[in-house]
Amino acid sequence: MNSSLFNAQILKPAIINSFRKLDPRQQWENPVMFITELGALITTLSLFSSRATWFEWQIALWLWFTVLFANFSEAIAEGRGKAQAESLKSSRTDIRAKRTQNGVTTEVAATELRKGDRVICAAGDVIPLDGEVVEGIATVDESAITGESAPVVRESGGDRSAVTGGTRVISDRIVVQITVEPGQGFIDRMISLVEGASRQKTPNEIALGLVLTGLTLIFIIAVGSLKFLADYSAGAAGQDLSGIVTIPVLVALLVCLIPTTIGGLLSAIGISGMDRLIQKNVIAMSGRAVEAAGNIDVLLLDKTGTITLGNRMASAFIAAPGASQEELARIAQLASLADETPEGRSIVVLAKEKFNLRSESLTPHEAMFVPFTAQTRMSGADLTNSDREIRKIRKGAADAIEKWIKSLGGVFPNEVHEAVSAVARSGGTPLVVAENERVLGIVHLKDIVKNGIRERFAELRKMGIKTMMITGDNPLTAAAIAAEAGVDDFMAETTPEDKLKRIRSEQNGGHLVAMTGDGTNDAPALAQADVGVAMNTGTQAAREAGNMIDLDSNPTKLIEIVETGKQLLMTRGSLTTFSVANDVAKYFAILPALFGILYATSGEAHGPLEYLNVMRLSSPQSAILSAVIFNALIIVALIPLALKGVRYRALPAAEVLKTNLMIYGVGGLIAPFVGIKLIDVILSIWIGA
Amino acid sequence: MTLRDFIQVLTMLIALTALAPILGRWIASVLSGERHVLHFLSRPMEGLVEKTLGRETYHRDMGARDYLSALLCFNGIGLIFLFLLQMLQDVLPLNPQQLPAPSWHLAFNSAVSFVTNTNWQSYAGEVTYSRLVQMLGFGVQNFVSAATGISVLLVITRALQAKPGSTPDASKLGNFWRDLTRSTVTVLLPLSILFSIVLVSQGVVQTFSPDQRITTLEGAEQTIPLGPAASQIAIKQLGTNGGGYFNVNSAHPLENPTPLSNFLECLAILLIPAALVFTFGNLLGRRREAWTLYGVMMFLLATGLAISLWSEFGGNPALGAQAVMEGKETRFGVANSVLWSTITSAASNGSVNAMHSSLTPLAGMVATFNMMLGEIIFGGVGSGLYGILLFVLLTVFLAGLMVGRTPEYLGRKIEAYEIKMVLIGLLAPSCAVLFFSALALVNDFGLSSLANKGPHGLSEILYAFTSAANNNGSAFAGLNANTPFYNVSLGLSMLIGRFAVIVPVIFIAGSMASKRVAPASAGTFKTDSLLFAILLISTILIVGGLTFLPALTLGPIVEHLLMLSGRTF
Repeated sequence: MNSSLFNAQILKPAIINSFRKLDPRQQWENPVMFITELGALITTLSLFSSRATWFEWQIALWLWFTVLFANFSEAIAEGRGKAQAESLKSSRTDIRAKRTQNGVTTEVAATELRKGDRVICAAGDVIPLDGEVVEGIATVDESAITGESAPVVRESGGDRSAVTGGTRVISDRIVVQITVEPGQGFIDRMISLVEGASRQKTPNEIALGLVLTGLTLIFIIAVGSLKFLADYSAGAAGQDLSGIVTIPVLVALLVCLIPTTIGGLLSAIGISGMDRLIQKNVIAMSGRAVEAAGNIDVLLLDKTGTITLGNRMASAFIAAPGASQEELARIAQLASLADETPEGRSIVVLAKEKFNLRSESLTPHEAMFVPFTAQTRMSGADLTNSDREIRKIRKGAADAIEKWIKSLGGVFPNEVHEAVSAVARSGGTPLVVAENERVLGIVHLKDIVKNGIRERFAELRKMGIKTMMITGDNPLTAAAIAAEAGVDDFMAETTPEDKLKRIRSEQNGGHLVAMTGDGTNDAPALAQADVGVAMNTGTQAAREAGNMIDLDSNPTKLIEIVETGKQLLMTRGSLTTFSVANDVAKYFAILPALFGILYATSGEAHGPLEYLNVMRLSSPQSAILSAVIFNALIIVALIPLALKGVRYRALPAAEVLKTNLMIYGVGGLIAPFVGIKLIDVILSIWIGA
Repeated sequence: MTLRDFIQVLTMLIALTALAPILGRWIASVLSGERHVLHFLSRPMEGLVEKTLGRETYHRDMGARDYLSALLCFNGIGLIFLFLLQMLQDVLPLNPQQLPAPSWHLAFNSAVSFVTNTNWQSYAGEVTYSRLVQMLGFGVQNFVSAATGISVLLVITRALQAKPGSTPDASKLGNFWRDLTRSTVTVLLPLSILFSIVLVSQGVVQTFSPDQRITTLEGAEQTIPLGPAASQIAIKQLGTNGGGYFNVNSAHPLENPTPLSNFLECLAILLIPAALVFTFGNLLGRRREAWTLYGVMMFLLATGLAISLWSEFGGNPALGAQAVMEGKETRFGVANSVLWSTITSAASNGSVNAMHSSLTPLAGMVATFNMMLGEIIFGGVGSGLYGILLFVLLTVFLAGLMVGRTPEYLGRKIEAYEIKMVLIGLLAPSCAVLFFSALALVNDFGLSSLANKGPHGLSEILYAFTSAANNNGSAFAGLNANTPFYNVSLGLSMLIGRFAVIVPVIFIAGSMASKRVAPASAGTFKTDSLLFAILLISTILIVGGLTFLPALTLGPIVEHLLMLSGRTF
């Protein structure tokens, strides 16, 4: 992170942009820095009107630096975003498209396409704009947006029909219906997002901005009235303070007091928050979504892929009375030979592991494979041996097999019934294996809970976030997996409508909900959720409905998204606290510098207020200058923190608060005392020399 | 400081802590319309108001805007009425002294002063206003201005009442007329009657007979001013009003005759504001919130008290005295005077039993600073609590961000709108103080009223505007405020200090009531913990301190340091 911060490619344009951003119209967006710039301007002008000292020149110089440093922080954050955008842009150069209309195909530039047009993309073609596959199936290289080199399958209908402009078709041929206007495609939006061009202030940022503006206002009045108070006091003491209570010095005091630290870094923090998400391969559609992620307190997580590894695996063979485990394993293996599903493969593998059974090779004339159908809910094979006897081997759900056995006149043993419910209770899926009318036993298919996910959920719970597992499984299975994974709640036999209903009810209870989804039927729920993360492999509808897109299509990412959101808010809060706490030390530097000689009797060098000079700063000039320099340099010093975000740990709110208060609150009180003193020492050596 | 002084101070704080929760619970129940001991007394009065206004007006639910218009309308009419009453006092009855009408600017100042619950007095009560003005004008406002404060508090309380899972409804924030009437007839009136009887028993005067001319022991002629004082004093203390019947306020033997009356009057200042903290907690069903807020207020009060006592008993090297008795009533001594000065400035009361201008610089600064914080250390009746709620919201916002969530208070998100209102409410009074002080300090019309020069003069002007803009009403003395400039500028400060806070608070209530309520979890930033109390104290001190430190430096701080080296002005 730091290496890219000091990368010359980003640094140089950032420095140039720091000066460009001096434009008052840009500064107006940020009242704290606008006032600082105005102060710098007034100070500079005052230099020309009177006999200005070297001291006043320096104040003016450092005030300008303060503004420039703040601009620099924003420019750096934008620069890092731009660097990422550059690589995306390269995928967007002059794409030609084959538009098909009424069977006639014409070649046009991608920019001439309109929403609703259909284009043909064959192997080697770049898909011109975002769209939906309406015909055919193809493998597509999406590395331009995901960075993932493995190609993905895109086909018409179903949940994998969305294609993204700028990606390349590797094999086959598809017809794509364009769903966006040129320039508004996914990649275009991403580029403008990371470049910060379409960045809008988030609700929280606006509220914080108001606090900062309010503080600025009160300090303007405090410093403005101070001039009059000082005039009165000077009159009362019969002294002349006009040598020290000058316009540049009052401006310096004002700039030191107004929250320039957080004011200068505020937009850098916002930009880098989205940036950190992009580094995690997540595109947030708005800063608002990133912020909302920090507020999430309910996570709806799909079981498959998030909590468990994608597929159920065979984990045990349980033989029926009168059959041996080995026999069961052999028959189960036979029944699964043609079954290419992961479950089927896992049965073959388990049989091989346990009993060293080689998968027998069967020739088509002796075996007829029976594929799984939704009606029979069984699969298997009909084998013909040398005696022309037909062995019907089946595996399937218990009730389906039972029906089948009974239709053949067989008996479904009670022991198997019991074993079936025992497996189901433990969260597994029982698969009954039968040969003709005889039940051989069951295969225990099991969901494998991901490593480390339990600890992750415990962390979330500590942070006050409730996790809910969503699954299509039956309640028994769901409960067992929920217990094993340590989620707080689960929804079994869930339909997309259930999801939507659940999200609404959680929201009515005051919760903020995040979920992931990829299918078209997830779209309403994604839109309803406060944070809806659409998988990049999902349908166009899902991607439009969500407010974030995960390019890796990794559902576990949701947790990281929440953490990034929290970190963003924490960084803002911590730096605000730091900025305000700094003011105490600045008062102790500047007030004695201004009024140290007030009410001094003729013999004395110092008046009573010199007592307040607790830092023992060498001279009034050096004290004021040190405070101004500290105020400017602290912005630069905190840029890495603003870009990286404060350290994030999964702890309850009270703990997090305590830690951050100690670091940024107490630290913010002490740091400037040390910093100002240090700068004063350096200055006095330098001036003295 | 003797052990006896210490015990006196401690007794006061303990008595308050014991009584406030009990009274608070009682207020919560009677304001909700429950039957109570004094029902037979208050119900007919409430019925009378109900009948006069009509059932519909008296009972319909009001949203924030409705409520605010009713409140502003009522206060506006009160202001005009009070102004006219003063201007016409020479032709109206109950004016045995034949007092003439005051100047327009004094009438404006006094009218604003009593309507805003400030009770700043640019005049000497007994020689300026007729009994009619004192009773029908000031006396009535003493009640209704305090009742207005309670009403505003009720609005914000109701806005926070909904529990998680309920449908937000911002149209039912109560009815101003009902709140105002109930606060007056069931809370303020019975307590005042009770308290005035106690005061009469201690020797406070309560009579309609004209002033007495007597011959003193030395044979000199003296006028003893009399009047219906006890009833006025009861509400002056209980309603955090502070406008004395007599010019020297509770330093006067007929206003504050005995040690017991002194103790009770002092306790009465804090009693209702402190009790309302618990009323708030009871109505919300959140006792811990109440105790947290009470703890914060008590801590700030006790700290200020300790600094003042330390400074007063440390004495003034220039006078060579052990403790400073100048400007204090010998009957009460230093401890009781300092206790009163701290409490009266903390509680937006403004009544005095010693002259604050004569306090040591630090004790004077504590009194000033107490007010500068916005009268939130118990503060005014109702206004103290809704004032500190603004600080609570600001604290929650700043600290809430640090835990990584959009800040929420009692489950309601704090967003840009609330923050805007909080800032207006917190900053407007401070701006008024600094603006007008600066104006007064560099112009002849401001400076010519000063009795003292040097830093003390600055302190006097600063104190006056601080007192006005925070609706306290106590004066530092030494400043002749009955001039067109001061009457008008102080009047404006009082209006800003009152309504620039009430308006945002009611708007916040309206907005909070329309928000979905989030249930608490481990990720929620808790506002009823020790940690929060510390944070709230820090926010209050830092925001208050940063705003006023420069001004205080050039006033009381430099004065204190000069006093230590033996210089005075």
